[in-house]
Amino acid sequence: MTKTGLLTAAIAMIATGALAQDDNQLIINGETEMITEAPAPDYISGLKTIYSGWRFRDASLQQMQSDDFENPAVIAVDRATEMWSTVEGTADKSCASCHENLEADMKGVRAVYPKWNEKAGELRTLATQINKCRTDNMGAEEWKYTGAEMTGMEALISIQSRGMPVNVAIDGPVADIWKHGEEMYYTRYGQLELSCASCHEQNADNYIRADHLSQGQINGFPAFRLKDDGLVQVQNRFKGCIRDTRAETFNPGSAEFDALELYVASRGNGLSVEGPSVRP
Amino acid sequence: MIRTITAIAGLCLATAATAQEVAPVDVDYDDMGAIAVSLSGAPGDATAGQEVMTTRALGNCVACHQVSDLKAEFQGSVGPSLDGTGSRWDESQLRGIVSNAKMTFPDTVMPSFYKVSGYIRPGDAFTGKAGTEPLPPLLTAQQIEDVVAYLTTLTD
Repeated sequence: MTKTGLLTAAIAMIATGALAQDDNQLIINGETEMITEAPAPDYISGLKTIYSGWRFRDASLQQMQSDDFENPAVIAVDRATEMWSTVEGTADKSCASCHENLEADMKGVRAVYPKWNEKAGELRTLATQINKCRTDNMGAEEWKYTGAEMTGMEALISIQSRGMPVNVAIDGPVADIWKHGEEMYYTRYGQLELSCASCHEQNADNYIRADHLSQGQINGFPAFRLKDDGLVQVQNRFKGCIRDTRAETFNPGSAEFDALELYVASRGNGLSVEGPSVRP
Repeated sequence: MIRTITAIAGLCLATAATAQEVAPVDVDYDDMGAIAVSLSGAPGDATAGQEVMTTRALGNCVACHQVSDLKAEFQGSVGPSLDGTGSRWDESQLRGIVSNAKMTFPDTVMPSFYKVSGYIRPGDAFTGKAGTEPLPPLLTAQQIEDVVAYLTTLTD
């Protein structure tokens, strides 16, 4: 490190108390370099730099995500790969019937969702889009929004964008929804009167008991959570967070959580798509 | 006043234990957010206060605060260290901060432990389901007194 670098680091330490998130670099399978740190988008006033949640995790967990042989989410990805070409529903179609080349067709998709659907005139999360494909194009039943089939398929689609920067649009037809999401982010819900920002903006890098608070970025979702021994859908995580403020939570798939997902995703614009990540 | 005293005396006879308890909605905060009188009408027990502070289902103060005197592991760093807090604040100020810290520090993230209404989407504890205000306060009057009693012992 240069003298200037050291000095900058020292100043940063003085300014923020301590920087416990580390300087490690995430390279997956020794080849895919991930952006885990980027300048905060200018519409985020409370942060200067954005960090992937990976940077707040301990070394053994970081290692699990660095190698697909160790990443426990890969089993679900394999299962979803089989599902991709499994015919279901009244139209006798599988995902592969329309999207013949999984890797090429799905590359970049995760990075831009949630996204406005012009034809339907609505915002769609990736999960909503997957279900629309199932009902409208395949004539198949919807999957449970936070169920294992859904998180597995999300993981399979996300992995095709791994390393690409998150780049969700926040203007145009989604501007009002984004604004709603922003308001929710700063609303202090429940008997504990905590907003997303209370923990993940004001106190990122601090500890609540043994929990190292991250910035709550969602570029790693769906995330394999060791505590749950399975993939967790991002809106299921939102639900858990709001429940933990002793509040009446919202439901996954609701307009409120869609707005929040768009806003929170936009706070990570510039970080790499990491899904499926590994978290404690 | 005489009538009030008579009324209080009457209540004492009826419900001995809670006669002088101040209900959450009746708490009198001064301009600085302090509360002059005991919420339970009884003195606090510092040993019981330690239990409240380190127990997850009770105050769990160490989730956010660090207290060198307490044995609890993984103490948090969201709030300031409470070492020496008894030298910095008097009992009435500590009582006010524990009950509703927002009366002392308007922007604090600290939850209010003796407040029962005025919430956004109040829930039924940690179920995620809707709760009905007034909610039970996070701590009882006596538990708050116990915590305050312990905090006053943390002097420099």
